Amino acid sequence: MSTLPENKNPVRDNAMTVVATALLAAFLWWAEGHLDGYKIRIINLIAINAILGLSLNLIYGMAGMFSLGHAGFMAIGAYVSALLILTPEQKTAMWILDPIAPWLTGIHAPFLVSLLAAGLLAALFGWLVALPVLRLGGDYLGIATLGFSEIIRILITNLTPITNGPLGLKGIPSHTSLWMSYGCLIAALACVARLMRSNFGNVIRAVRDDEIAAKTMGINTYSTRVLAFTMGCFGGGVGGALMGNLITTIDPKMFMITQTYSLLMIIVVGGLGSITGSVVGSILVTTMLEWLRFVENPVTIGSLEIPGIPGMRMVIFSVLLIAVIIFRREGIMGMSEFSWDRLFSYRNRVTRGGGAS
Amino acid sequence: MLEIKDLNVWYGGIHAVKDASMSIKRGEIVTLIGANGAGKSSTIRSIAGLVKGAKGAVTYTARDGERVSLLGRPPEVMVKLGISLSPEGRRILPQLTVEENLVLGAYSRSDGDGISRDMEYGYALFPRLKERRNQKGGTLSGGEQQMLAVARALMSHPDLLMLDEPSLGLAPILVSEVFEVIREINREGRTILLVEQNAFAALKIAHKAYVLEVGNITLEGTGADLLENPKVKEAYLGG
Ligand SMILES: Nc1ncnc2c1ncn2[C@@H]1O[C@H](COP(=O)(O)OP(=O)(O)O)[C@@H](O)[C@H]1O
Ligand SMILES: [Mg+2]
Repeated sequence: MSTLPENKNPVRDNAMTVVATALLAAFLWWAEGHLDGYKIRIINLIAINAILGLSLNLIYGMAGMFSLGHAGFMAIGAYVSALLILTPEQKTAMWILDPIAPWLTGIHAPFLVSLLAAGLLAALFGWLVALPVLRLGGDYLGIATLGFSEIIRILITNLTPITNGPLGLKGIPSHTSLWMSYGCLIAALACVARLMRSNFGNVIRAVRDDEIAAKTMGINTYSTRVLAFTMGCFGGGVGGALMGNLITTIDPKMFMITQTYSLLMIIVVGGLGSITGSVVGSILVTTMLEWLRFVENPVTIGSLEIPGIPGMRMVIFSVLLIAVIIFRREGIMGMSEFSWDRLFSYRNRVTRGGGAS
Repeated sequence: MLEIKDLNVWYGGIHAVKDASMSIKRGEIVTLIGANGAGKSSTIRSIAGLVKGAKGAVTYTARDGERVSLLGRPPEVMVKLGISLSPEGRRILPQLTVEENLVLGAYSRSDGDGISRDMEYGYALFPRLKERRNQKGGTLSGGEQQMLAVARALMSHPDLLMLDEPSLGLAPILVSEVFEVIREINREGRTILLVEQNAFAALKIAHKAYVLEVGNITLEGTGADLLENPKVKEAYLGG
């Protein structure tokens, strides 16, 4: 069930979408006034992880290409955006190891433009990786992107005049309010939903599900894959930029393979190939990862003091992930999508069933 | 329309097609029969650009008279040239509806009017598909899936339609229905290359026929001639 359900009742569904968006807006407005900074940050992170999960899902779930490089594309996006919105004064003050490259001091752009630039540069790199690697068929993409991601991290650590090396960038002017992250999430959801509902969405599914059938229909499977991968990398770049802006500090260690691993968890838990699943997965994985932080803190039971074990939450999370894979392979949503129609027919079934008994 | 000369197909050490030569004239139904594993699919897939290790000369004369050498070209070029393959085992997309499958079949085209004309043509050939246009491909019966595979192959508006075992796994009544439609498509002016294990049904409708045995073409002639041929009778028509 990979296709998006058909819209049987467009007036009702559009109305419901408007209502749901209004409810979300009301919640965000309430949250802004009543929740503390830590909680707001987690709510922000849910949206950003959903964007990132969605972009990786486009590559892995929808187009069927196993990629381990998302952290690298996020890093490109995060640095591009940060370098564009830091002020010249901040830049000259921050580079202590090596002086900043002179051309870089003066470039400046508004935040939204920097997001676009982040996505475009990440997409450009993604395209350059995909062109040669996908020629060899999909099997080598995982290892090639893993290598790429590490290379990017090493480059960032060493290209001090541009990236400030291991010290990273600090004091990035913050623009990532709840409105910004959820605005971007809604835009991303709308784009991917439109894409997957279009004929090109069916082309991507055909290439994933049956390469020979796709070829006999005259589909160039190679360029379809390159295009899908490049679009996913665009999302990775934008998501990385938002993430860096939310935290206001970035350094190369933020973009290690564990970052990609968290995104994979999101889409595996949520459902490979499902737009809805990317959001559901992000909510679950982001809150779980935060909640599990307590296991890394020291615990005192009576007079016994157990020191916190760093990395323990990833261990527990891996166990949970394995449980998901054993008991619900296809993730929570499988490949299916949320739709108002499905919700209403489910509700009708439940109420009718209840009335009969 | 299509000249195949000394076609050889290798899969690593397996020599699947050995120096096969065939000729297809515009407007004909040509059939290629042979036992399982004889190399029929390898031959037809080479023409469609799906086999990397194919050697030899395959020359296609397009409708405008231009002669093109096919081997080594990617499948999407073949589709653009007017060659379409309905592959063995149907390979329809089970998650997509009948109509979405057909729309994908027209991927190489951008003439909206032509596409809807060909879709109506497909529905006219197989009215059952029209009834099930919004049904998922995977929910169709085997026979309906085969009809969908043929209709989808027609969506690129081919001059040369290649069908790989369209009768595979179909009930006898459906076999004759599908073969009647193949004849109908041919009467409309399309050339057909039909690969079959069901030799009797294929020879009955073929203008010309070739017999493939372990990679070699061992017999050729008109469909009627081969139906009478004692060797064919013994090996493929059950005595
Ligand atoms: N992709 C492949 N890789 C390796 N061997 C193959 C492949 N396809 C077909 N063969 C072999 O080539 C021979 C001819 O197969 P095929 O062309 O499918 O015959 P047919 O369609 O007449 O049944 C068989 O021995 C088969 O095992
Ligand atoms: Mg075969």
